[in-house]
Amino acid sequence: MNWEVIFREESLALYGEGLLTTLGLLSSSLAVGGVLALIFALMLTGRSKVLQRIVGAYTFVIRGTPLLIQVYMIYYGLAQLEWIQTRWDTVWPWTYFKDAFFCALLAFSLNTAGYTAEMLAGAIRETNAGEIESAQAFGMSRFQLMLRIVLPSALRRTLPAYSNEVVMMLHSTSLASAVPAMLDLTAAASRIYSDFYLPFEAYLFAAAIYLCCTFCLIGVFKPLERHFLAHLAPRTN
Amino acid sequence: MAAYYASILYGALLTVGVSLAALLVSVLLGLLGAGAKLSGNRPLVALATGYTTIIRGIPELVLMLLVFYGGSIGINHLLELSGTGATLDINPFTAGVLTLGFIYGAYMTETFRGAILAIPRGQFEAAAAFGMGPLQMFLRITAPQMVRHAVPGFTNNWLVLIKATALVSLIGLQEMTYLAKQASAATRSPFAFFLFTASLFLIYTWVSLTLLRKLHGRYSLGAKRGEL
Repeated sequence: MNWEVIFREESLALYGEGLLTTLGLLSSSLAVGGVLALIFALMLTGRSKVLQRIVGAYTFVIRGTPLLIQVYMIYYGLAQLEWIQTRWDTVWPWTYFKDAFFCALLAFSLNTAGYTAEMLAGAIRETNAGEIESAQAFGMSRFQLMLRIVLPSALRRTLPAYSNEVVMMLHSTSLASAVPAMLDLTAAASRIYSDFYLPFEAYLFAAAIYLCCTFCLIGVFKPLERHFLAHLAPRTN
Repeated sequence: MAAYYASILYGALLTVGVSLAALLVSVLLGLLGAGAKLSGNRPLVALATGYTTIIRGIPELVLMLLVFYGGSIGINHLLELSGTGATLDINPFTAGVLTLGFIYGAYMTETFRGAILAIPRGQFEAAAAFGMGPLQMFLRITAPQMVRHAVPGFTNNWLVLIKATALVSLIGLQEMTYLAKQASAATRSPFAFFLFTASLFLIYTWVSLTLLRKLHGRYSLGAKRGEL
């Protein structure tokens, strides 16, 4: 074991840079994916059969195929369609497809949106029928009912499953290292491995950092669950 | 072009092989882990808890790279110390199967533990009263009943495992993701090849889901469900 190289300033800086990219990818894909998931969940539970089918097919494909292939599809696949190639030098939204970070972000956001949408839709469907009836008895419109009764309750009940999804997403961001231009935590470890031929130390150190991040995330979600799901906790007296 | 598609189809066989072999390893580890966690023996419980906590906290890809690159160096280092002059290469298939099996063994441990806990205690007491030994009790009482409780969680783990086999392409196993990437590099039409591979994965997951639903139905025969 040769840990000296790992704890050298340059190596630590490389790990730090990778960690920042990983956390940046995680937070931005959760933000974008979260907004998409909310919209998709509303479509899945809405009245329109057409929208239900379309979003249902989307989540089926996203949840049935490996994330690595989704990343390849966006990074290599889309970027080489002629239609996009003729536009990505000049026309505005398509210029982003030249950027590796954007491609990874897009793939991760679409992926987490698919999983989260199904969780949220499940929670919305499971909303207590009595709560909905009494809201209707108060004369709330569909929109008011959604905003005041269903969503506040469904979002809270999704929290435990969502914390799993967030940890899974943290682990999934390691796939960004499969895209050549990205330097995330895993890619940083790979670079140190190839520079010094120390695979064990390089990857073990990255694994320890991931483990710490996982525990931190769990540490954030546990109190949140206790706070937001207090009304569902067993009575103590 | 057609030859590339044929090679990807051939790679699909390897994907199926890796996933089934890894499943076998993970089920064995899962049963051992669940047994250890429920044994009440402190060191065993601590060991199994450490295993599931650490493994589930690290990305699959990092563990795979650690085993594949780190493991082969470690083993050869040991062989060197033994002074026999022998060398051993961990091939990507073995590394992939062992790592995936090791990782999903942790998830299976939790699934099986929950399933065993869902069996009423009285069943075990009755079996003990009939004079059954631990093995008999497992085969006749625990296993048939835990299947029903374990299948939903098992199905999730299996679907995630299938998708995780794509990662083995990153350590050089020539399964379908690897071949699709090569084909796209050679022909410059990546979109078609990745789409083809994605649909093969979709078929695989869909077939598994259908079969496991049947299995769940089979093992739920005679189980009472509350009328809502």
